[in-house]
Amino acid sequence: MAVEVTPEEKPKEENSLPLLRKEELLLNLGPQHPSTHGVLKVIVTLEGEKVVKSEPVLGFLHRGVEKLAESVTYNQFIPHTDRLDYVCAMYNNFAYVRAVEKLLDITVPWRTEYLRTIVAEVQRIIGHLFWLGTQALDIGAMTVFFFTFRDREDLLDLFTELCGARLTTSWYRVGGVERDFTQKFVDDLSKFLVTFDEKIDEYDTLLINNRIWLARTKNIAVISGEDAVAFGLSGPTLRGSGVDYDLRKVSPYGAYDHVEWTVPLGTKGDTYDRYWIRMEEMKESAKIIKQCLAQLPSGPFKADIPQVVAPPKEQVFTDMDSMIYQFKLYTQGFKAPKGDIYCGTEAHKGELGFYIVSQGEGKPYRLKIRAPSFVHMGAFDFMAKGYMIADIITIFGTYDIVMGECDR
Amino acid sequence: MKPFRIPEGMENGENHVLAQKICRCFPEAYLGATLFRGDLSVHIQREEIVSICRLLRDDADLDFDYPVHITSVDYMGEAERFEVVYEFFSIREKRQIRLKTRVPEDDCCIDSVTGIWQGANYLEREVYDMMGIRFTNHPDLQRILLPDDYDEGYPLRKNFPMQGRGWRDSFDFPH
Repeated sequence: MAVEVTPEEKPKEENSLPLLRKEELLLNLGPQHPSTHGVLKVIVTLEGEKVVKSEPVLGFLHRGVEKLAESVTYNQFIPHTDRLDYVCAMYNNFAYVRAVEKLLDITVPWRTEYLRTIVAEVQRIIGHLFWLGTQALDIGAMTVFFFTFRDREDLLDLFTELCGARLTTSWYRVGGVERDFTQKFVDDLSKFLVTFDEKIDEYDTLLINNRIWLARTKNIAVISGEDAVAFGLSGPTLRGSGVDYDLRKVSPYGAYDHVEWTVPLGTKGDTYDRYWIRMEEMKESAKIIKQCLAQLPSGPFKADIPQVVAPPKEQVFTDMDSMIYQFKLYTQGFKAPKGDIYCGTEAHKGELGFYIVSQGEGKPYRLKIRAPSFVHMGAFDFMAKGYMIADIITIFGTYDIVMGECDR
Repeated sequence: MKPFRIPEGMENGENHVLAQKICRCFPEAYLGATLFRGDLSVHIQREEIVSICRLLRDDADLDFDYPVHITSVDYMGEAERFEVVYEFFSIREKRQIRLKTRVPEDDCCIDSVTGIWQGANYLEREVYDMMGIRFTNHPDLQRILLPDDYDEGYPLRKNFPMQGRGWRDSFDFPH
């Protein structure tokens, strides 16, 4: 029998309909999914397709690097830093050797500062290219991935020329770098930079008018500047919210205060702004490298402190003192003075810092790695709340997360 | 309570403007301050950690809005075994401060600062996971990097065995 329902009698809430059940769904995402950038598991509570709560489960890649650091000498730890953020090893090396140099209170020659800055910025471009490719791939734009990986490969070839490895580079040394640039490296890098700006525009043409890309990034994972600071976010994730905090400007190191460049800042704090910032940062990096190459001073590429920096191999075979220094350095390492320091470096993901406590021995007493990916994961639940299940993937991506660094 | 001693090789930081401010506002909790390589460390009593952190963030002159890291150091053999280290940065003033506070082993807990900086949540969970220091009033204090049912202690403590306890030294299979 049909019952006539007047508008007043219509059920007000969906709940009162007998067949419409409303309950929260618990979904396990990961740990082994290509879009989790490593092995990350997230337990998501869903209401329909909407995220109510998300709880990242970290630690699948935990290798106890901080504990390991307490049993190796300062120099022996450099290769371990490669394995933190394994797509951007150079910057990890840089952050670590800078912290040790601060502890030892040593400075490096001018040429070294320039060499370090150039390679660090090449690494930043590699990191952003990698991010752009994978983020676009996660969203479904596969072509960008091929384009960025083509160019990333050119830069990785440069690293092979420089230190013989593509990813696990260990090129930085306490007090200098492992070896100087070759002419081929400088030529290839200059050649790359000539066309690089056009290539950035090329990536932009694939995305900037792409309706899917815009729909998936604009107004997604919005975080205000105030919240971003309270969560300790850093790098493009913080600057996307308009907070002017870039350690290269705040406490300049390397040659950053000798070249002209600007810090791009976002306004809305959404995924699109963070994308835009990374694109701009690539252009700024190219500018920094060009200026550094033009200004590149001559001189040694290692500090002349034989207690800390290994003397050149030719000297070791001919000079008694150098041989003793080399022997002591490679058997015992150098002793760092008592004290504790924190030194943060602006890696392409954010502030990568090392807190080192020294008890005056050849090994760190305690070494803490302030990894940007780990700190960013702390804000994940806050940023994912209220968005759709599909956005979860783009929110991992927007941090540029690498689990090797997050879990350490 | 033994008086605060400046460790050798470090400068006395008690004349630093930040140390003096904390000393003035919390004379009982303030123990001393050191300077090393330009980094200011202020040593405080753990009871006042939340009030001091609140002062650091809310005071208009201080404005330490950015939590850089929270970590812990194990000084095994000393009377107050653990040291919890907080590092904050003021984005406006462009300066850092490090707070250090000791926690004894038999009462291994300290108040959580999650209510002041939301980012402290994960940082404190990591300290708990690695060093076993409990943070009271923490919203979700559980292991973060290690599995929830991990039952072998806290790995960053100095007495944690580096080579395991021999369980996996030999594998005897029944024939």
